[in-house]
Amino acid sequence: MKNTLISKTIKGVSLAIATSALSLSAMAADIKPAVVYSDAGKFDKSFSEAVWNNGVKRFMDETGIEVKEAEPTNLAQVEQYLKRLAKRGHSPIVAVGFSQTNAVLAAAQEYPDTQFTLLDGWAPEPNVQNVGFKEHEGSFLVGVLAAMKSESGVLGFVGGMDIPLISAFGCGYEQGAKYQNADIKVIQNMTGSTPAAFGNPSKGAELTRSQMESGADVIFAAAGGTGTGVYQAAADAGKYAIGVDSNQNHLHPGTMLTSMVKRVGEATYLSYTSAMEDNWQAGPVTLGLAEGGVDWALDEHNRPLITSQMEARVNDIKAKIIAGDIVVHDYRTDNACTY
Amino acid sequence: MSEVTTLNDMWMTILLTLDATIRLSTPLVLAAMAGLFSERSGVVDIGLEGKMLAACFASASVAHFTGSPWLALLVAVFISLCLALVHGFATITHKGDQIVSGVALNILVSGLTIILGLTWFRQGGQTPSLSGDGRFFSIDLPGAELMQNVPLIGSLYKELLSGHNILVYAAFALVPVVWWVLFHTRFGLRLRAVGENPKAVDTAGISVNGLRYRAVMIGGVLCGIAGTYIAIAHNAQFTRDMTAGAGYIALAALIFGKWRPVTVLMACLLFGFLQAFAMRIEGVQLPVVGVIPVQIIEAVPYLLTVILLAGFIGKAIPPKAIGKPYVKER
Repeated sequence: MKNTLISKTIKGVSLAIATSALSLSAMAADIKPAVVYSDAGKFDKSFSEAVWNNGVKRFMDETGIEVKEAEPTNLAQVEQYLKRLAKRGHSPIVAVGFSQTNAVLAAAQEYPDTQFTLLDGWAPEPNVQNVGFKEHEGSFLVGVLAAMKSESGVLGFVGGMDIPLISAFGCGYEQGAKYQNADIKVIQNMTGSTPAAFGNPSKGAELTRSQMESGADVIFAAAGGTGTGVYQAAADAGKYAIGVDSNQNHLHPGTMLTSMVKRVGEATYLSYTSAMEDNWQAGPVTLGLAEGGVDWALDEHNRPLITSQMEARVNDIKAKIIAGDIVVHDYRTDNACTY
Repeated sequence: MSEVTTLNDMWMTILLTLDATIRLSTPLVLAAMAGLFSERSGVVDIGLEGKMLAACFASASVAHFTGSPWLALLVAVFISLCLALVHGFATITHKGDQIVSGVALNILVSGLTIILGLTWFRQGGQTPSLSGDGRFFSIDLPGAELMQNVPLIGSLYKELLSGHNILVYAAFALVPVVWWVLFHTRFGLRLRAVGENPKAVDTAGISVNGLRYRAVMIGGVLCGIAGTYIAIAHNAQFTRDMTAGAGYIALAALIFGKWRPVTVLMACLLFGFLQAFAMRIEGVQLPVVGVIPVQIIEAVPYLLTVILLAGFIGKAIPPKAIGKPYVKER
């Protein structure tokens, strides 16, 4: 009896200490940001790595505020990580990739006071900021470049998982290629129908070989980790490949024509800084060419491959898209590639 | 004229699909031969997957650090052999459950390769991609260029037979060797006997455990070669769980082929062909049906496996003593 009373008192006291410590730390550092990377890993040379390089790392370097990072190794862990981070008072929490959508929904309902930023997904909750990108616009630009570079008149596209988001890449790419050269042929393949399709370089390489055998000489991959197999196969055969999400030109200099850059890192950075300035807002945010959310990459690695004529042409088209003179069809609006 | 071109195109498409079949079957053949030795001696080897995965990681790492594919092969075989010995120690010496030990190996390797990859290379569990000399490159057989103008046979020789790397040739050359060892040597006879009736072998004064250890070790070596092929010949780096179920498909091929080398080879080629075919048919506009969705394509190999297993191959009878640890009567 006495024992239980003592233990209860101890519990009460420690709880009080814990709460005061919590509120103290909350005041000392304005926000406690966190990020949950995709299950392809933090250094996937693509999506997650862009979030780390241009978002998380930049924010930590500039503000000195620590961002708590979680690296799930499979999808089942994502929801646990999100809830655990929310429980420990982290906010905003950036969730990387559409595959975390359901986990974000569940976590956002359980922790309505926590701010969640979901990149590339759609979770309609009052405390979730859904960041979307106009991938079709960026893909249009690399499609133009591919069509200008191709000698065979056949292009390839390797997608990851068969979902509308990935089809939007392929559709934009095809539109850009056809805009440049109406007679061009675009072979499109999807790697699979589960998230595992974003981490299967063997299959990516085989799909690429099969496309090259059908004549493709520029291959665009929107397939996460599967892309490394695509770029390798293209490099082995001396054909060109186009990277995705982050600037992947450095992977195989000489055969990486360009990369369709999605500025997920900037979106992450913006989410943190806006939360710091107290103007973080829930709801949809869409970043296109005009907002600098998507772009094509030009650096020292692909400089020799891009002629001044190509550069002028693609920048001209970019200006036209921003001005609204060219409207790129988004596959996701009607689930069809009609243009 | 145009008819000739279409015919030629079709011929090339068939050849290139078969070419991919050979690339995709190679790890299956090696793993299935590994399983053949082990299971013929009475030891179930569900750890083929794990041993291959460990070999993938070992070979990709060594090739990255040293730039030598041969050294990478050696280390990968050694690592795979060590794992095979662990399996043998648990199941032969200590009479442990063979399935449990094999599954434990698979889980251990799957986790360990990612953890080691994360700490050593900091690339999300991958190893850096190899460039230049760290890989096994394809070999052009003599006369491939000369032969290519000979109709049919020329392109067959150039596209299908020539231009693979040495591990592919080794894998296919292995099959007749396995057949000869298993059915025409004293070791093979004893190996088969120990999988059917270990007591008889024991009565004849031959060590059951010794034979089984040897079989399991041969399996380890072959899995090492299979893993090396996947990581540094077919691909150019290690990525997490990159064997993607090849070990289990090899086991299925073993049952398909009724534990006989040549029929097992056929089963491996069939599975490889299904994968290669699926990749070529996907996204192609077909007459009448149009584009087949990727989901159906993905299901085809599994569907066919079920159908073939259910009705076409007849009864597959495993070695009699398989899965049973041998205990001497006291």
